[in-house]
Amino acid sequence: MNKTVNQKAWLFVIPVFILVAFNAAVPLMTVVNYSFQETFGNNVFTWEGTRWFKQILRSDRFHDALGRQFLFTGIILLIQIPLGIFIALTMPKKGIGVSVCLVLMSMPLLIPWNVVGAMWNIFALPEIGFLGHTLNDLGFDYNFTQQIGDAWFTTVLMDVWHWTSLVVLLSYAGLRSIQPAYYQAAEIDGASRWAVFRHIELPKMKKVLTIAILLRFMDSFMIYTEPFVLTGGGPGNATAFLSIDLVKMALGQFDLGPAAAMSLIYFFIVLLVCWVFYNLMMRNEEQK
Amino acid sequence: MSKIRLDNLSHSYLDKQNSESDWALRDINLDWQDGGAYALLGPSGCGKTTLLNIISGLLNPTKGKVLFDGKDVTTQTPVERNIAQIFQFPVIYDTMTVHDNLAFPLKNRGMTKTEIDGRVKEIAEMLELTKTLNNRASGLTADGKQKISLGRGLVRSNVNVIMFDEPLTVIDPHLKWVLRSKLKELHQRINRTMIYVTHDQTEALTFADQVVVMHEGQIVQTGTPVELFEKPKHTFVGHFIGSPGMNILPCKIQNGIAEIDGIKISTNSKIKKSDFVKTEIGIRPEFVSLDKTGIPAKILKVSNTGRHKIIDAECSSGKIKALSHSSKEIPSGSIFLSFNQKYTYAYGDSWIIE
Amino acid sequence: MSLELKSVEKKVGQNTHIYSTNLRFEKNSINILLGSTLAGKTTLMQIMAGLDKPTKGEIWFNEKNVTGVAVQKRNVSMVYQQFINYPNFTVFDNIASPLKITGISSDQIKKKVWEVSELLKLSGMLEKKPNELSGGQQQRTALARALIKDSGLILLDEPLANLDFKLREELREELPKLFENRDCIVVYATTEPSDALLIGGNTATIEEGKVIQYGKTIDVYNKPTNLVSARVFSDPPINISDVKKSGDTFSLSQDSVKWKSKDVSLKDGKYKVGIRPHNITTYKEGTNSVEIKGKVLISELSGSESLIHFENSNMNWVSLSNGTHQMNVGQEAKLYMNVDEFMYFDQNNNLVSNV
Repeated sequence: MNKTVNQKAWLFVIPVFILVAFNAAVPLMTVVNYSFQETFGNNVFTWEGTRWFKQILRSDRFHDALGRQFLFTGIILLIQIPLGIFIALTMPKKGIGVSVCLVLMSMPLLIPWNVVGAMWNIFALPEIGFLGHTLNDLGFDYNFTQQIGDAWFTTVLMDVWHWTSLVVLLSYAGLRSIQPAYYQAAEIDGASRWAVFRHIELPKMKKVLTIAILLRFMDSFMIYTEPFVLTGGGPGNATAFLSIDLVKMALGQFDLGPAAAMSLIYFFIVLLVCWVFYNLMMRNEEQK
Repeated sequence: MSKIRLDNLSHSYLDKQNSESDWALRDINLDWQDGGAYALLGPSGCGKTTLLNIISGLLNPTKGKVLFDGKDVTTQTPVERNIAQIFQFPVIYDTMTVHDNLAFPLKNRGMTKTEIDGRVKEIAEMLELTKTLNNRASGLTADGKQKISLGRGLVRSNVNVIMFDEPLTVIDPHLKWVLRSKLKELHQRINRTMIYVTHDQTEALTFADQVVVMHEGQIVQTGTPVELFEKPKHTFVGHFIGSPGMNILPCKIQNGIAEIDGIKISTNSKIKKSDFVKTEIGIRPEFVSLDKTGIPAKILKVSNTGRHKIIDAECSSGKIKALSHSSKEIPSGSIFLSFNQKYTYAYGDSWIIE
Repeated sequence: MSLELKSVEKKVGQNTHIYSTNLRFEKNSINILLGSTLAGKTTLMQIMAGLDKPTKGEIWFNEKNVTGVAVQKRNVSMVYQQFINYPNFTVFDNIASPLKITGISSDQIKKKVWEVSELLKLSGMLEKKPNELSGGQQQRTALARALIKDSGLILLDEPLANLDFKLREELREELPKLFENRDCIVVYATTEPSDALLIGGNTATIEEGKVIQYGKTIDVYNKPTNLVSARVFSDPPINISDVKKSGDTFSLSQDSVKWKSKDVSLKDGKYKVGIRPHNITTYKEGTNSVEIKGKVLISELSGSESLIHFENSNMNWVSLSNGTHQMNVGQEAKLYMNVDEFMYFDQNNNLVSNV
């Protein structure tokens, strides 16, 4: 339907334009500038062309960080999505239990990132943290500040704790929108519990799950604050994901040019994956 | 295939029942023959869907028993009862092809592939789905999808009863008759007990040999389409069946004779007692005619529907509708109305006096 | 008071939704827009209301050009197919809502709400919330809200479509009475010919974005100018078949049925005949009837009447008879057609004669 055109409406968009300009366009252009330049301070810049891009794309450091990043995102998606669906399936469907569960589920989502990192840092400290201490008492040799495996384990666990509820809430919403007739029909058709899940619940949750995967991919791919507070990227570079590595390069070593080039590459990877995802989603829509 | 008997069924969705209105169903007794086509007809909220779910086993009744062939199945699940049900909205398994949708109930019951393929082919043929068997079910139109639901209900050859819960709701009005015809034909062919639930009188009367009319959780009449039209057992049936519905006018009963506005009305009822709280005369607009004598009335409005005229008239006891041929001239102002005795019944406390 | 559409046209992109339309609705009239889903009824109503702007043409209200005037500035009410009420307001507040923004005194609001709710039989439930009401009552509330503000133009977009059969019958009967003695123009969109016939007033038949015919409802029904109008205004669908005329004899395409006609003014040749379902019956009607045989596809029973679908000369026919006539699928049936009620159309689908 065509609405009446009201030119005055554009006035209201101006603040957003200004905000976006300052927030996104200006910094992005600065980064683009840096990525083609070299500086030794004192505001002296020299043109470097695509040198930083080539350097980054060939550097082992970048490859390692990217690998760690994909591994981390892969692991948490593999855990959070099935776990989230499973929890959503076991949640009550009516009564007081629903609101209790929903409130409990949303709590981790409401805690600021840095607080989550700090919380888990203290929680997991081998000497005084509840988790660390208990694990050591149980005979595990656990120390996330020194052992690579433990650091990964703790980081993944923290992210699972923080974000699985998002998947749960989205899946739950998807499940609730299924009409009771589907379950009744399946019961009459003699379908097993697994068949009900496979042929009714999963297909009906497809849309919300796509959104859940997309959101979790983007968030985890750009994760910074929590591992920064928890492990600081260590031990060594074991949990230095892309963003942590990037900040180290830019602010730690003040390699502005390579850091700018890396952030642009980083940006394009995220953009590319989102584009692929978006297209997959749209193609599914068209089939219907 | 089996005979179905409902024995003193009552159901309430509440834990405690204080008054009649707390019951969704009250004292339902029914006997259904093997292979018959039945309909449960009533407005929304009359309890028909509750009754259907009790018969299919999706719901356990608060009181009473459900018997299949004399065997008590009240606590059995739908699978144990071996029934099929078709819902208001097409229920299809989106991820499967049409073939796999139809095969699903058979697969779940562990039939072999050759057995399944044979059955599916036969049902697809019957429903004219053969061409689309290998398509994804989600790509079909609403009536195609509903045919799949129907097919899944028919595919098992040994089901005791097939139930339909307003199955044509989502079908385009112009296509409804095609599916109705299909259903009717299927019943004639496979001869299995079928129960059809709807609020639409055309749907119920077209499909069923015996129609059960429900009102406020109770059965008010069970009968053939002709009986429901010609001799409604309850004023609700008179009102609900037919368009426009039956005229229902308050009357007095004196010495076994009904009177409206002091004028004696000959009825087809044999009135023996008169201790009713409320007495009424029921007469369908089809059987009311303009006459030289009878009940004096005033014409309020005449609407020409193209094929007949609906006359809205008013007498001292209330409003009366009459139908006449569209070519007939209708006078205006004061007239007299007479009733065809054969189709005029007296009702005591809403129930027919016979 | 009048509403006039002058050469109104609506295009969305390359698609024409409404072809050039001229219509004039007079004071105190009920006007029915009759057409199937997607025929363009809703678009026309939105243009009338000012919710949508025509691509070409003008809308005049009370002899003033109101094209492009926003809906807020026109005195218009609209009722939709869906029951649209404020869910968190009581029925009283729902009905009163259009008055509250006009700033009239609360005593007057109370009085007006009372009047309207009395008219719509809602006075017993003013304190309830919409979700405690039945579908019929919810739609009555929406109607009350449309009536309370004395709009000059009331638009009803299939207001009965979502109601149960009996509720629809009941509300349809009350509708014309609601607008009596009210200074307004009512426009009522529907897909159901029976709505148009029972409400009366004027009818515009619409198909594929074109207004086919406009006139008094019963005249449009009895004398459709062409086949399209006849088809739009017939439910169950009108039977249309090719016929040959030679001398005083008409015959169906495969000579399966023949009849004599009194109308000698028609030239010999090929025509199309339109036969409304109620002119094919299981019993003889009128003085001039002809027999038609066919294989029954189904007999649909509505209680007081029977719709028999049958096949003759590779064509599906629909007949409508009074009373209950149950027939088995596949059975041979013998029916009678009332020749005097036939409508004849030429090869361009225009009405040439309805004897």
